Amino acid sequence: MASWDWQVFCKETTSGEQVASCFGKGGDITYLNWLFSAWGWTLSVAVLALVVALAVGSLMGILRTTPDKRLVFIGNAWTELFRNIPLLVQVFLWYHVLPALFKPLQAFPSFVLVVFALGFFTSARISEQVKAGIQALPRGQRYAGLAMGLTLPQTYRYVLLPMAFRIVIPPLTSESMNIIKNSSVAFAVSIAELTMFAMQAGEETSRNVEMYLAVTGLYFISAFTINRLALVIEDRVRVPGMIGSK
Amino acid sequence: MNLDFSFLNWGVVSSFVLKGLFFSIQLTVIAMIGGIALGTALALMRLSGKPWLVTPAAAYVNTMRSIPLVMVILWFFLLIPLLLGRPMGAELSAIVTFTLFEAAYYSEIMRAGIQSVPKGQVHAGYAVGLNYKQTMQFIVLPQAFRNMLPVLLTQTIILFQDTSLVYAIGAYDLLKGFEIAGKNFNRPVETYLVATVVYFVICFSLSMLVRRLQNKIAIIR
Repeated sequence: MASWDWQVFCKETTSGEQVASCFGKGGDITYLNWLFSAWGWTLSVAVLALVVALAVGSLMGILRTTPDKRLVFIGNAWTELFRNIPLLVQVFLWYHVLPALFKPLQAFPSFVLVVFALGFFTSARISEQVKAGIQALPRGQRYAGLAMGLTLPQTYRYVLLPMAFRIVIPPLTSESMNIIKNSSVAFAVSIAELTMFAMQAGEETSRNVEMYLAVTGLYFISAFTINRLALVIEDRVRVPGMIGSK
Repeated sequence: MNLDFSFLNWGVVSSFVLKGLFFSIQLTVIAMIGGIALGTALALMRLSGKPWLVTPAAAYVNTMRSIPLVMVILWFFLLIPLLLGRPMGAELSAIVTFTLFEAAYYSEIMRAGIQSVPKGQVHAGYAVGLNYKQTMQFIVLPQAFRNMLPVLLTQTIILFQDTSLVYAIGAYDLLKGFEIAGKNFNRPVETYLVATVVYFVICFSLSMLVRRLQNKIAIIR
């Protein structure tokens, strides 16, 4: 096997010259600059998609537990639709198909389209978790809320959701880690994120192994950080009196 | 914009799409069988209680599970030729990658399945004079498989969806078939739409089947 060449990260991307400080000056960028900017893109796509997924997924998950059959149908249909189409196909749908069918979408950069693609894909999975979380609560809680004269939305807001969301934090953590991994699919529509960097920088420098290792390491760090962060949150919001609490 | 699906006749489907569909199914089936076999071995290693078996199996599973599949596909496409000393086709590389990658996910399912079998079953096996291998083979694993069958199949549906990611190394799968047809007739919008419908119909009907199976098993229990 060929020897390592980590100096490759200090090379300027267009001229290929070594830069002493490893960070380019002015308009020039080194591969290290590019790597960090790619990491930024990965995290931006993942975090924004997570926001979309949490909002839409919670809404759909809640709809699926309401007594209204039509709302349940909407929630179920949404979940089945976005769960049964491969993520890559959904990304292509948002990138190639929707802007052609709906002209206003052409104004949006591909970054926004990927955020929605990844967000809606993940929302289907989050809706499953939220639904399971609400259904895990004793039925009496819902009845108690309604019997006290709370409206259905109030029952959800003050009785069911505060418990349900704390129950679903562990599965939501693994979804958040998945969303970092799944953001790699954005390479297919030329978002300059980590996987795209690995492919392009690997090809330009012929130092694929080094590039892949750096990218894989950054994915590890990102997922691990989310894991730790979620543990802290989980610790903060523990329900007193349950098995998980201190 | 007007959609025009008229170019999608049987000739186009059979010359572009079927080849891709066949590869996607082939990849799914091989990776499922290989993945479950390897995954079961990994699960047994992790549950063996012997540190020299537990550590490597756990490291393998955790590593695979923390790297995006696209990166794993790229890694194998890069490393297999380096190790073998000769190039390997994208399709073959995809088959090896998916088998080894899915093994990590199947192993977690099998581990949960084995752990769901009551301990008394193992003791009963030893009590009637079976050794470790026989206890596993005849008593524990059959029950673990049955308990986990719906989850294993759901994972296989996810696997089928993930096969589209071989796009990264340019292997000819179902999605690629549609894409090439769309490029040839300059109708990418229509072909991506049809691809979406085809994937949805396949995955949705499979998940309905799994749900029925799940209900059936739930009654038997």
